[in-house]
Amino acid sequence: MPSDLDFLSPTSVDEAIALKAVPGTAWLLGGTDLLPQMRAGRKAPGRLVDLKRIPGLHEIREVADGGLSIGAAVPLADVEVHPDVLDRFPLLAECAKTVGAWPLRQRATLAGNLCNASPAADTAVALLALEAEVEVASTVGRRTIPIREFFLGPGLSALEPGELVTAVVLPGASAGFRGSYLRLSRRKGMDLATVGVLVGKSNGTLPARWRVALAAVAPTPLRLRAVEELLEAKGAAAASEAAEAARLACRPITDLRGSAEYRREMVGVLVRRGALSLG
Amino acid sequence: MKKTITLEVNGVPETAEVEVGTTLLRFLRDGLDLTGAKEGCNEGECGSCMVLLDGRPVNSCLVLAVEASGRRVTTIEGLSKDDVLHPLQKAFLSHAAIQCGFCTPGMIVSAAALLREKPEPSEDDVRKALAGNLCRCTGYRQIVDAVHSAAAEMRAAASVGGNGNADAGKPAACEEVTA
Ligand SMILES: Cc1cc2nc3c(=O)[nH]c(=O)nc-3n(C[C@H](O)[C@H](O)[C@H](O)COP(=O)(O)OP(=O)(O)OC[C@H]3O[C@@H](n4cnc5c(N)ncnc54)[C@H](O)[C@@H]3O)c2cc1C
Ligand code: FES
Ligand code: FES
Repeated sequence: MPSDLDFLSPTSVDEAIALKAVPGTAWLLGGTDLLPQMRAGRKAPGRLVDLKRIPGLHEIREVADGGLSIGAAVPLADVEVHPDVLDRFPLLAECAKTVGAWPLRQRATLAGNLCNASPAADTAVALLALEAEVEVASTVGRRTIPIREFFLGPGLSALEPGELVTAVVLPGASAGFRGSYLRLSRRKGMDLATVGVLVGKSNGTLPARWRVALAAVAPTPLRLRAVEELLEAKGAAAASEAAEAARLACRPITDLRGSAEYRREMVGVLVRRGALSLG
Repeated sequence: MKKTITLEVNGVPETAEVEVGTTLLRFLRDGLDLTGAKEGCNEGECGSCMVLLDGRPVNSCLVLAVEASGRRVTTIEGLSKDDVLHPLQKAFLSHAAIQCGFCTPGMIVSAAALLREKPEPSEDDVRKALAGNLCRCTGYRQIVDAVHSAAAEMRAAASVGGNGNADAGKPAACEEVTA
């Protein structure tokens, strides 16, 4: 790390945004992406602005439509055990608890996982499936980015340079989806997903709504609306058809974790398995 | 750039000047001579650097010392009390859960954090809580057994109204975990 590296810890969002105006400034949440990237020389900010002393970013609170707002600085370890998350948005807990290992998740945040925009970001699939909204603030004001517009490519998001993520909001309309996140990795803890497949189904609504989202098999995390529609039309009886459609829709690459062919096959296997388990 | 930090380490207030880039791990080892926490990978993968930060287990190689200012840190050195070993430390010895010992401080700190949340953990709870701690020697079986044995001892001590061992089971920093 450079010897002239500076560190500031503002206590308000406005202050944090103003500090970003200086070139070479990076925001810091858990640091579980940023610090290793700095050590590897892939990022070289001249100063770090720690967001963890901003009180408003630590809240998980209910919002008007019955949804849940998760502050940017809330560690994933708190998200995965939060009663409202477990009760109404269990798919997010399923995904959150697969990130790294328990101590890592005491630091790692949902917002950091999104901002890093990895194709393998485990929480991203839950947020795509649950149609989350990303709340951001900058010197020009505040706006909300629908999650489907957020991921643009590996490491690339729709955030403009000075935009700070303040919270991730799960809309009330997405409450009640159940299902599972089927994830393959080389070891059970502390490894990024080789393939991640989330299959969810609404609870109680008729006709049932389905959700299918994938991690680590395309340049961005993917939600497969066409596959969901197939399952909505025909139910779990269409599990094999859904699996084939998902297999064709993903765009995996070969890397140290697995080959493109393996990943594509596993997408089919896991979508089928996930759909049948909800039949 | 240097910054002044003040924090509490194993119950002792500390003030120091640190470079911003210095990790909490380096500060503990080089600045305070607390060499229990180890640097295995320096990238969050191995867990040998585990310490408690405000009662939460964290990879101290992924925390900057400046981030710990104003907070409470407990290291493996802070788990034993007046030369009385923590029940986990005793159980690791009696179960041969230590071979080279490099992973041991991290394992015990993670396990201490687990037992504070779940005094009666299942096998799965223990394995999940320790999934971020690598051991190249023991094969893990003895470690998992040691955690269960220490948990049982700590529960027994707590149910007889708390004696020295039960106190040692609860590091000061663990009692007041903040949200
Ligand atoms: C050993 C190890 C294992 C891992 N395993 C997994 C895994 O299994 N699955 C997985 O998905 N990830 C994994 N990760 C990656 C990482 O832990 C997660 O992506 C984590 O959620 C990042 O959150 P953070 O709070 O640490 O982010 P940080 O590192 O603090 O920040 C991430 C990026 O976002 C920027 N940023 C921070 N806050 C904001 C903000 N409010 N607005 C805009 N930009 C901001 C930062 O400048 C940085 O570029 C792993 C990392 C390690 C070291
Ligand atoms: S040294 Fe920190 S996790 Fe390996
Ligand atoms: S005892 Fe040697 S690494 Fe665990």
